[in-house]
Amino acid sequence: MPLEKAYAKIPGTTIFDVDMARRGYHLNQFCASLMKEQDRQRFQSDQRAYLDEWRMTEQQKQAVLDRDYNQMLALGGNIYFLAKIFSSDGQSFEQAAASMTGMSQEEYRSMMLSGGRSPHVDDQDVDQVDG
Amino acid sequence: MSHTPAIGAAIDLGKTQEEYWDPVFKGFEFSKAWIATEKPDVIFLVYNDHASAFSLSMIPTFAIGCSDSFEPADEGWGARPVPIVKGHSEFAWHIAQSVIQDDFDLTMINEMTVDHGLTVPLSLMFGTPKEWPCRVIPFAVNVVVYPPPSGQRCFCLGKAIRRAVEAFDEDLNVQIWGTGGMSHQLQGQRAGLINQKFDADFLARLQSDPKGLAKMPHLDYLQNAGSEGIELVMWLVMRGALDRDVETLHSFYHVPASNTALGHIILKNRAKRA
Repeated sequence: MPLEKAYAKIPGTTIFDVDMARRGYHLNQFCASLMKEQDRQRFQSDQRAYLDEWRMTEQQKQAVLDRDYNQMLALGGNIYFLAKIFSSDGQSFEQAAASMTGMSQEEYRSMMLSGGRSPHVDDQDVDQVDG
Repeated sequence: MSHTPAIGAAIDLGKTQEEYWDPVFKGFEFSKAWIATEKPDVIFLVYNDHASAFSLSMIPTFAIGCSDSFEPADEGWGARPVPIVKGHSEFAWHIAQSVIQDDFDLTMINEMTVDHGLTVPLSLMFGTPKEWPCRVIPFAVNVVVYPPPSGQRCFCLGKAIRRAVEAFDEDLNVQIWGTGGMSHQLQGQRAGLINQKFDADFLARLQSDPKGLAKMPHLDYLQNAGSEGIELVMWLVMRGALDRDVETLHSFYHVPASNTALGHIILKNRAKRA
């Protein structure tokens, strides 16, 4: 019997479940390697070469090079692992989150200062993300 | 109480007086004064690791830190400049044995780093001391890979931890902290979700109806409190370790702390125990 995934219907949201963990294993382990200063430097000096050391799909590598976080999420990336990429780029969680919503950082920050995204209107405003 | 890397950065970079952060830190003034008089010997700190100590190589659902020291983790921007966390090895091993015999299969960890999930709550409560003023037993709960443990499981685990603490020979002043949350979503197009009504209900029921609150299914957290709001199950470990009747010494709520609704509550058993 397949696992029930009622959470798959939540709009604009990819739940990092066991299927995603399997799909994103090498992508996430690459991210984890960036917790070492030496590997961060190697990655930043030649990103493509560094990515080629990992058993990631071409799509996953391209998403990393493009810093397309929604695409990385769709390909099995987990936000706490992806955080190692934007942290080593010198970006904050706020900047990264803004990029995923399609808002500018100023718009996003101003939404947060006025109480955040309402849980009640977003269901109409946010499209389903492929995943 | 909630944690975010940005709170850690605000403390580490001396930005706590800035307009954006000032209200966050004001909410902890009572708590800092309170804990200075309480002087706990040990904090049993329930938190989640953010893919720092545990990558996808190993994903323990419940992990107890049994060693005497834990270094702050490098999460991708260098380790936070905070003191090494001193554990309580003997007490932690004791709790592990007691809780496992009580049917909760913990993973025992002797070598691990601790990330902002553990050190930011310490910074909020103790500021920037040269050394942390007490020992800390790190207790990591998986909320990274779905599914995390249920609220009910966390609540019952809290009760087992309480029994273990009470059975320890040494007379220690022990606090249990539940951290993470409140409503927030860090990923996807729905990032930035905050649900103040959900959070207010959660804080109220945490005191008055923890048994009912523990029954809330995962889906309700994900839908109403955002994908990362599910961290709130960790608060139920703390609540399970307390008496049914508790008093609220302090409660504080603020939006935003970066992407997150920050909640903080101090509960105390009403009856003084022998």
